[in-house]
Amino acid sequence: MAHSFDRRRLVLGASVLSAAALASLVLPRAASATPQAAAELLQKLVKGAPRQGRVVLQAPDIADNGSSVPLTITVESPMTAADHVKAIHVVADGNPNPGVISVRLGPHNGKAEVSVRIRLAASGKVIAVAEMADGGLWTASREVAVTVGGCGG
Amino acid sequence: MAQDVKPRIRIPAQVKPGEVFEVKALVTHDMESGQRRDAAGALVPRRIINRLTCAYNGRPVFDAALEPAVAANPYVAFFLKATESGFLDFAWTDDDGTVYRARQAIKVG
Repeated sequence: MAHSFDRRRLVLGASVLSAAALASLVLPRAASATPQAAAELLQKLVKGAPRQGRVVLQAPDIADNGSSVPLTITVESPMTAADHVKAIHVVADGNPNPGVISVRLGPHNGKAEVSVRIRLAASGKVIAVAEMADGGLWTASREVAVTVGGCGG
Repeated sequence: MAQDVKPRIRIPAQVKPGEVFEVKALVTHDMESGQRRDAAGALVPRRIINRLTCAYNGRPVFDAALEPAVAANPYVAFFLKATESGFLDFAWTDDDGTVYRARQAIKVG
């Protein structure tokens, strides 16, 4: 890991240039993602159909300010070497782009719980999918109503 | 835009061996989503923290890929199991390639 960061530092100048070039190419996208776009992204992130359960999503039912919505994802798992959560992916189907965050975990985490503050542009569904060490997939979703959207513009 | 990037990390002052504790990490950053328009109506280019990693005495223990849907001043909290005293090394990667680093001492005993 340290190696790749050092390399990144070396190519810093180049990446600033390419980032600027990329940014100028980005065209305005559709105003909002659809449940379909969110489902497609999840299919890219994990292979297979997740089952309902083992995942608990905590978020407010109504978010007054969509620019910072507290979200906690907890996955029921003993987090042992044999049985642990490998990854958690979160998507939101009300946002211009459905992706929110993907985290990699392992037995050294002791507890499969992650909290993050997220942006929600509009009311919609927040979906979390957990990938287990045995390849099992579990999911939960939660509707969050947004009073003021949080993606600017 | 010039950014005043300040990492903040919070962990318990001391933990017992085997104890599972929460790590809270925040870095001050606009997380410019690339969706916002400036006063002239032009899209403000995306510039976010796209990755956060944490290593415990050199062992990778957490790796998160962040999207523009993570709020400004990205706050991420997760858990770790205490093994031995040492350091937690955090790295936040900016879209422009800059890596912001922070080191937090951890006392186990």
